[in-house]
Amino acid sequence: MSWQCVIGLEIHVQLATRSKLFSGAATAYGADPNTQTSWVDAALPGTLPVPNAEAVRLAALFGLAIDAEIAHRSVFARKNYFYPDSPKGYQISQYETPIVGRGVLPVRLDDGREIEVEIVRAHLEEDAGKSLHDVFHGATGIDLNRAGTPLIEVVSAPCLYSAEEAVAYLRTVHQLVRWLGVSDGNMAEGSFRCDANVSVRPGPDAPLGTRCEIKNVNSFRFVEKAIEFEIERQIRALENGETIVQETRLYDAAQNRTRPMRSKEDAEDYRYFPDPDLPPIVIDEAFLDGLRASMPELPRARATRYQQVLQLSPYDAFKLTESRALSEYFEQALSALATGQPSTRHPALAKMAANWINGELASALNDEDRPIEQSRVAPGALAGLIRRIDDNTISGKIAKDVFQGMWAGEGGADAVIEARGLRQVTDTGAIDAMIGDLLAQFPEQVTKFRAGDEKIFQFLVGQAMKATRGKANPAIVNERLRAMLG
Amino acid sequence: MSALDSIAEAREFVSRFGPQALADEALARAAAVQPVLNALITTLPDDPVVLDAAGPIAGIPFVHKDLFCTQGARTTAGSAMLSGFVPPYDATVTARLRQAGARCIGKANMDEFAMGSSNENSAFGPVRNPWDLSRVPGGSSGGSAAAVAAGLVPFATGSDTGGSVRQPAAFCGITGFKPSYGRVSRHGMIAYASSLDQAGVLARSIEDCATVLSVLAGADPLDATSVDVPVDAYQAALGAGVVGMRIGVVGSMFGAGVRPEVAATVRSALAELERAGAILVDIDLATLAHAIPAYYVIAPAEASSNLSRYDGVRYGHRAGDVRDLKSLYRKSRSEGFGIEVKRRILGGTYVLSSGYYDAYYLRAQQVRRLIAEDFARAFAGVDVLAGPTTPDVAFRLGEKTEDPLAMYAADINTVAVNLAGLPAVSLPAGLVEGLPVGLQLIAPAFGESRLFAAGQALQQRTAFHQARAPEVQS
Repeated sequence: MSWQCVIGLEIHVQLATRSKLFSGAATAYGADPNTQTSWVDAALPGTLPVPNAEAVRLAALFGLAIDAEIAHRSVFARKNYFYPDSPKGYQISQYETPIVGRGVLPVRLDDGREIEVEIVRAHLEEDAGKSLHDVFHGATGIDLNRAGTPLIEVVSAPCLYSAEEAVAYLRTVHQLVRWLGVSDGNMAEGSFRCDANVSVRPGPDAPLGTRCEIKNVNSFRFVEKAIEFEIERQIRALENGETIVQETRLYDAAQNRTRPMRSKEDAEDYRYFPDPDLPPIVIDEAFLDGLRASMPELPRARATRYQQVLQLSPYDAFKLTESRALSEYFEQALSALATGQPSTRHPALAKMAANWINGELASALNDEDRPIEQSRVAPGALAGLIRRIDDNTISGKIAKDVFQGMWAGEGGADAVIEARGLRQVTDTGAIDAMIGDLLAQFPEQVTKFRAGDEKIFQFLVGQAMKATRGKANPAIVNERLRAMLG
Repeated sequence: MSALDSIAEAREFVSRFGPQALADEALARAAAVQPVLNALITTLPDDPVVLDAAGPIAGIPFVHKDLFCTQGARTTAGSAMLSGFVPPYDATVTARLRQAGARCIGKANMDEFAMGSSNENSAFGPVRNPWDLSRVPGGSSGGSAAAVAAGLVPFATGSDTGGSVRQPAAFCGITGFKPSYGRVSRHGMIAYASSLDQAGVLARSIEDCATVLSVLAGADPLDATSVDVPVDAYQAALGAGVVGMRIGVVGSMFGAGVRPEVAATVRSALAELERAGAILVDIDLATLAHAIPAYYVIAPAEASSNLSRYDGVRYGHRAGDVRDLKSLYRKSRSEGFGIEVKRRILGGTYVLSSGYYDAYYLRAQQVRRLIAEDFARAFAGVDVLAGPTTPDVAFRLGEKTEDPLAMYAADINTVAVNLAGLPAVSLPAGLVEGLPVGLQLIAPAFGESRLFAAGQALQQRTAFHQARAPEVQS
C-alpha cells in the first residue's frame, strides 16, 4: 500500500514588542528570574490586563502579508487550566474570533517545486512562565519573566504531505515574520516554536487518519526528523494491524524518536469563554490602510522581481531574499554598482553582485558565524571591488585576494589593490616582452604546440599568469600568446 | 448629630481641630462598636494620609471595603485564602481617595469575595445590623453599610456585582450608590465577576455620595473596561430638581414576593417625588423575571475563572503537608475558600464546561442582552426607573443560610441593573416595623446625574436618610 502522510503545523511566533501583551513588563530574553514580572504577570489579586497596541499591529501586519482577512472585531478568550507557570489559572488567548482569519502562503521547496499552504487562522495569545525543576533541591522554581509575552499562533490546514514540505513551510513563515519585523524568530530562545499534527492514510482519497501532535520541536532539523520518525511509526503500527491513538507526543532529539505525553482521554476541558476584562479588539479600514501602506516589498515579490527584471536565476533570487537584511545588502551593493550605468548592463552587474554575495561574502560570514548586518565589508565597498573587476583593473581571481584584504580591514578595494600591487597588467608591450621570455624558456613546448598539440596552449597561459602572479589580463594574454605562437 | 454623620460636618470639625482629631474620634468609635458589629476586618490606626491635599474629602475618615487593594495594609476580600495578603500596590480607587486626602481608618468586613447578600459568608465572622443586632446588615458590602449606619465614618466604599452596595444600604437605612459599569476603575479591586463588578459609595446622604463619586469617577489606563466618557458635575446635578422628570414605576419590582408594607413605603416615597414635580409612569420590564437565573450563571462562570489564581503558589493560603502539585491545589483551595465561594466556583465551572456552555453560559448571555434591550426600551419613555431595592427588610442572621436559593431570589430587583451595566441608587424611604426600607432608582448608562437630582430632591423634602439606628451598646 502507498501511504500518504498529512501534516498540519501550529507555529508559535513571539512578537517583537518591547513590553508584554497585557502588562508593561519588559520582554527581553535572559534576565534573572522574575525580574521582568509585573504584578499583572504574577496575577496579584485585583490586577487587570491592558492590551498592547503594538502586538495587535504586528499580528494584523502578519495577516495582511498572508492575504488573510483581518477581523474587524476579535475577542480575547480565557483558556482555563491549572499549572504553576500559568499564574492566573488561565491563559488569555483567542478562540472563536481570532484576529487573523484564513490566508495563504506560497512556499518554494528545495527542488524548485511550489506549493500553496493554507493558513486557517492566526490568533493572539500570551505565553506561559517557566517551571525550573533543577535550580532548587526538592522544590520547583517558577520564573514568570516569559509569562504574558505576546505570541501569535499560526495554524495551517492539514495540507502538507511530507516532512520536507512541512519544513519548507516552516522556513517560509520564519523568513516572513523576520522580514516583517513581526518577530526576531530566534529559535534557540524560543521565539519561534512549532507543534506538528501528523497522520497517515492509505491514499490521497482516503479520509484523514487519526492524528498525533508532536509538541515543541525547536529546530528545523528536529522538526523534519520528528515528523519523519512519526510517519514511520504510524505506518509501521498500521501495517501491524494496530490503531493509532490520538495523543500528544514529545520528540526526544537524543534518541530521535517520539514518545507519548498524554492521550486524548486526559485532555482537559479548557472552558474557553470571552475574557470579561478585555473589550473586543476593534480594527477599522483606516488602520489596515495604514498598515498596507507601510508593508515592505515581500520576499516572494522581490524574488520574482530579481528573476524578471534583473534576470537572476531562481537560485540566486531566492537565496538573496532569504532574509531582509541580506536582500537589503544586495540592493545597496547593486544600487552603488548601477549608478551611471545603462539599464541594459544591470542584469550583468546584478549577476556579479549575486555571485559575490552568495559566494565569497557568504562563506566569509559563515566562517565567523557573523550575521550579514555585521559584515566586515559594507555593500558599497563590495560594489567598489566588483567595479574593479568590471573595469578590468583586476581579474576575478585576484579579486578574491583583494576581498580577503578588505575583510581583514586593509581598506577599500582600491587601497588593497594599490598596497598589494595587484593592479592588472594590460600594457601589451609589457605582456609581449613577458611572452617572449616565456617562449624562450619553453622551446620544447612551443614546438609541440606548433605540431598541433592544442593542450600546450593552456599550459603556456598558466605559465604567463604565474609569471605575473595573476595580474596579467587573461584576455590579452590569450590574444598575444596566440599571435606570437602563430 | 456627630461630626462623623456627614462630610460637611466632618469638614467643619477638621477645619477646627485638624484631621488627626477626627480620625481619632472615628477610630475610638470603631473600637467601641467593633465587638458588637464586627464591621471591620482590619483597623488602620495610622494609615498614611496625603496631608497637603485640598478638596471636599481632605482629612475625612472613611472605611474601605476589604477588596480594594491597599499598599502595605492587608486586603483579605473576606477570605481565609487572603487572610495574610498584603498588597504591594494601591487600587485606583484607593489611590484616588488617598490623593484627595481621605483617611482610611479600617478595612470593612464583607462576604467572602463579595459573594453573598448577608455578610454571613465572611471568614472573619458575620456583621450585625445596627438597627437590630439579631439581623444581617446585607451584603456583600455589609461592613461598609454597618459602619456608616453606626456613625463610624461619613462614608464607606463598596462594590456592587448584583446589589452588594444597594441592598446593604437599604437594610441599614443609608444611601448606596452604584455607578455605571466602567465609570469607576476596577484596577486593584479584587474581582468576583468582572463584567458586573463596579465600585460604589455608601453614605447617609446622596449629596455625600456625589462628593465621593466625583473623586472616584473617570477612565483609568489600568482598566481596559473603564470608559472614557466625561464625568458630569455631580455637585451641580444635585440641585437640578425633578420638575418634569419622568419616573417609571416598575410594576414587576413590586410584584409577588415583595412585602406589602415595603411596597407601600416605597410608593409613598415616590409620591414625595411626584409632589416635587416628577411625573410617575407605570411601566413593566418583562425580562426582569429572568435576571436571577442569568445572573447566577454569568457571575459564577466568571468567578470560577477569576478565582483560579488562588492556588497557593505565589501568595495567599498554602496548605501544609502536600504530596504533589494536585494536592497542593486541592488542599489549599479546600481550606482557603468558604462554602458559598466553593458553591459558585463549582456552578461556574459546570456552566462553562464543554457540552453545557451553550445551554447555560451562552443562553444567559442572550438573556442578558434582552434585559439590556428591555431597559433601553423603557428609557426611551422615562428618565429613571423606580422600585423597592429589596423585597423585604433585613432578615435575621441564620434565617437563610440553609437555603441559598431563597437568598439568591432576594436579589431580584438589583441584579438586572448589573447585567445591563446601569447606574442605580438605593435611598432610605422610611421604616417598616422599625427597620429601614430602600427605594431604588435606576438611570441609563452614564446618567448618574439624574440619580443625584432625584435623590437630592427626595432628601431635601424628607428626613428618611437622617433616621438613626439605635445607639449600639458596647
